Amino acid sequence: MKSSTAYRIAILIVLIGLLEALCLTGRIDKLTMQPPHRMATDLANMLVSGKLNAAIAKTMTNAAIALALAMVVGVATAAALYRMKYAREVLDPLFATYYAIPVFAFYPLLIVVFGLGDLPQILIGFMLAVVAVIVNTLNGLDRVPRVLFKTARVHRMSGFEAGTRIMLPSAAPYILTGAKLAVAYALIGIIGAEFIMSRGGMGYEISFAYNNFDNATMYPLIVLILAVSISVNALLAAWERRIMQRRGRA
Amino acid sequence: MRAVHVSLRSVEKRFDAQGQAKPVQALGPLDLDLKIGEFFAVVGPSGCGKSTLLEVIAGLAQVSSGTVAFEGAPIGGDIPDGIGVVFQEDACFPWLSVRDNIEFGLRRKRMDKGERASRVARAIDMMGLTAFADSYPAQLSGGMRQRVCIARTLVMQPRLILLDEPFGALDQQTRLIMGEELLKLWRDTGATVFLITHALDEAAMLADRIGVMSARPGRLLETIETGWPRDRDSRIVADARFGEVTARLWGLLREESMKSIGARAQPE
Repeated sequence: MKSSTAYRIAILIVLIGLLEALCLTGRIDKLTMQPPHRMATDLANMLVSGKLNAAIAKTMTNAAIALALAMVVGVATAAALYRMKYAREVLDPLFATYYAIPVFAFYPLLIVVFGLGDLPQILIGFMLAVVAVIVNTLNGLDRVPRVLFKTARVHRMSGFEAGTRIMLPSAAPYILTGAKLAVAYALIGIIGAEFIMSRGGMGYEISFAYNNFDNATMYPLIVLILAVSISVNALLAAWERRIMQRRGRA
Repeated sequence: MRAVHVSLRSVEKRFDAQGQAKPVQALGPLDLDLKIGEFFAVVGPSGCGKSTLLEVIAGLAQVSSGTVAFEGAPIGGDIPDGIGVVFQEDACFPWLSVRDNIEFGLRRKRMDKGERASRVARAIDMMGLTAFADSYPAQLSGGMRQRVCIARTLVMQPRLILLDEPFGALDQQTRLIMGEELLKLWRDTGATVFLITHALDEAAMLADRIGVMSARPGRLLETIETGWPRDRDSRIVADARFGEVTARLWGLLREESMKSIGARAQPE
């Protein structure tokens, strides 16, 4: 293990230990926070009992749908914009300022239009994630060496074939960067929307538990969300590292 | 007299330059015939349009006037089958292994798997890449990566191979060795080879005929026949004729190179 990794883990352990000590000594009272070991056992009990499995499944499914939509639409849009120079010139400033828009402000509107189902939540997750994918994919496409296009032409490839067999693979590391952001954004979108108004899901359950002082449900769910988000991110990062190692840029 | 493989007639290429009313003449007018199976090299001062000439022959660039014919058929907007191009820049696909890089073009063709594998194996062997077949380009030196690109072109069995300063980024010893391998490959495949280089010795060592280009707009000043035997290698540099050819090339190019450098130094 690299020493920087060891330090990083040590910092996390110290912080969790500190929290544990503060909770056990009563500096942080029980109504505010459970000690970390309780969060872990509560989480295990919660998963074993299965009473929140439906909520977890709903949130994860919706986040996965939002992510998949954002990836497909984002990469396709970027590929199209890459070829339409003028449209890109028009839209580029909008992408640059996009994240200044509070997407959640549109949530009530989406509920009015689509009803209080999964769709408005998925749309919020999608809207948050898709621009990160577009921007990063365009960045990757811009960096494809010119000689590779010429190679595509020498191989007499159609535009579509050149795109799928040369341009996108070449831009893959940048698309993965977009995907990592999209994972976080999709989860934020889904859980945030569930928090604000919904009929189920992890965000809803956290909010419900919060209103009922039910720390035995609230904290384990927060830990679970953290664990899922970090694991997916770590998987993508590992994939990215493998790609970069192959390309000698690890 | 061997049959003509590529024929250029009064070829000209003009570019629209920013801020200038008249388009800039980059190339020509230029006439050139490449004969089937010959090794033709082009030298010229930098910026004279050598690469443009190659792109015109490859069908990568359209001519502004004149005609280009490959095997008797005019080259229009489509890039003809049977032409392979090796560029100066590293054109390896970094996400594919050496073997997959070489197989890239063949995968797109309908062909027997065994035939495909044997062509790839032959190209790997021919370019001395056997030990690196499963490596990724990033793990290889510049010379090895250029071999991968040559092998990738080779498996397509092109009848005309165009090379745009393929060894430009390599050190001198590697260039000599690569040049020798290029000669061997030319002999073994029987393809017509068109090589652009800025190195006079490289042209003098490798080619049957050398076209000398003028400063921009590039025209063919003269074509020199080296008269080397087909079976030759880099040791030809010890031949007395080698010095003569190189001296002749430099005699033609010295003034043109000065022009090209002087033209650049002038204020816009």
